[in-house]
Amino acid sequence: MAEPASLKVSVWRGDAFRRYEVPAGTNQTVLDVVTHIQREIDPSLAYRFACRVGMCGSCAMTVNGRARWTCRTHVKRVVGEDGALELRPLANLPVIRDLAADLTPFFDKWQRARGTFQPRDAADGVVPEGALVNVVPEGALVNFVPEGTLGNVVPEGALINDVPEGALVNDVPEDFAVVPPASKARREADAGIECIGCAVCYASCDVVAWNADYLGPAAMNRAWTLVNDVRDGARAERLDAVAGDAGCHSCHSTQSCTERCPKNLDPSSAIAGLKRTLFWDALLGRR
Amino acid sequence: MDLRPRSHPTYLAFVVHRVSGLLLALFLPLHFWALGSAISGEARLDGFLRWADNPLVKAAETVLVVLLAAHLAGGLRVMALEFLGWRRRQKDMVAASAGVALLVGLLFLLNVV
Repeated sequence: MAEPASLKVSVWRGDAFRRYEVPAGTNQTVLDVVTHIQREIDPSLAYRFACRVGMCGSCAMTVNGRARWTCRTHVKRVVGEDGALELRPLANLPVIRDLAADLTPFFDKWQRARGTFQPRDAADGVVPEGALVNVVPEGALVNFVPEGTLGNVVPEGALINDVPEGALVNDVPEDFAVVPPASKARREADAGIECIGCAVCYASCDVVAWNADYLGPAAMNRAWTLVNDVRDGARAERLDAVAGDAGCHSCHSTQSCTERCPKNLDPSSAIAGLKRTLFWDALLGRR
Repeated sequence: MDLRPRSHPTYLAFVVHRVSGLLLALFLPLHFWALGSAISGEARLDGFLRWADNPLVKAAETVLVVLLAAHLAGGLRVMALEFLGWRRRQKDMVAASAGVALLVGLLFLLNVV
């Protein structure tokens, strides 16, 4: 596809779209385009960004109708042949001004979903004897790191060298909490922990649009990682928090969150996991 | 409604599942009425069955069978996601459930025509 010489950018300015012509460049991101408009054409344009490298989750906007992280979205991936680019603030959130959405409701819902880690027994930092070590399947090996990969980059004298090759977890001192990365629960947790809180999933979710109280994909994805975290002690309260009308059971599994997540996480499956856990807990009288 | 954010297979699967469910719910009273007419007399049921033989009704019936199969296959897909945690290859599963629905419709047509 021939790349247009200039981009015709329509930016939502609160009451209407305003059009700007921006020179097209190579390796140009959508955030580059917005920055060009603000610095070279119209300093009154409000938008938000911080890291520019896809870590902070502040620059998400609606680009040509879809929520995206703008700092890692190349213009050539989303622009039409005529060079048209349409930018709006994220949907389902109040707008502060222009392209800057107010993420307060989004993060409030993380709180409501009990999205903070609550150590199980460690008020004083001490893990009770036999507490966490017991979750390790008997006979599991500590050297879960594929041989010859990470071991080489560990500085000499680091702790990993203290564990003899092939050592059993049972050799680990009892006050040392081991969470085996290969365990099912840890894998479930690991699948969702890379969330950067950009709210792309939240803006893409129709259930949020239909029910303003709905906790949304990111908050419940976070809850699911904690439900699967063996170090966490607030499982019951967290499941209560996500079980209500505004919680996981309202999800229709349209999977727009999973489709749009820039980190390729799968909040839809996390919500399904919460539903499943609540179902079996209720059926077996564990709640 | 802006369709751009919703144009992906699993969203389409959701719409098909919801719409087919609603249409089946609307069909059910008609179905029970037809069955009920058997009680009030053979002639009345025969009359209805003769009417149901016309090609337009057969076509509608085929659509109904496809809807039923789509609702069933789509429902199984969602249940696999929710109860079995089958998170991978969701789009393939949508395609497979659509294929099952169309295949069932085809089999129905082969038997009808």
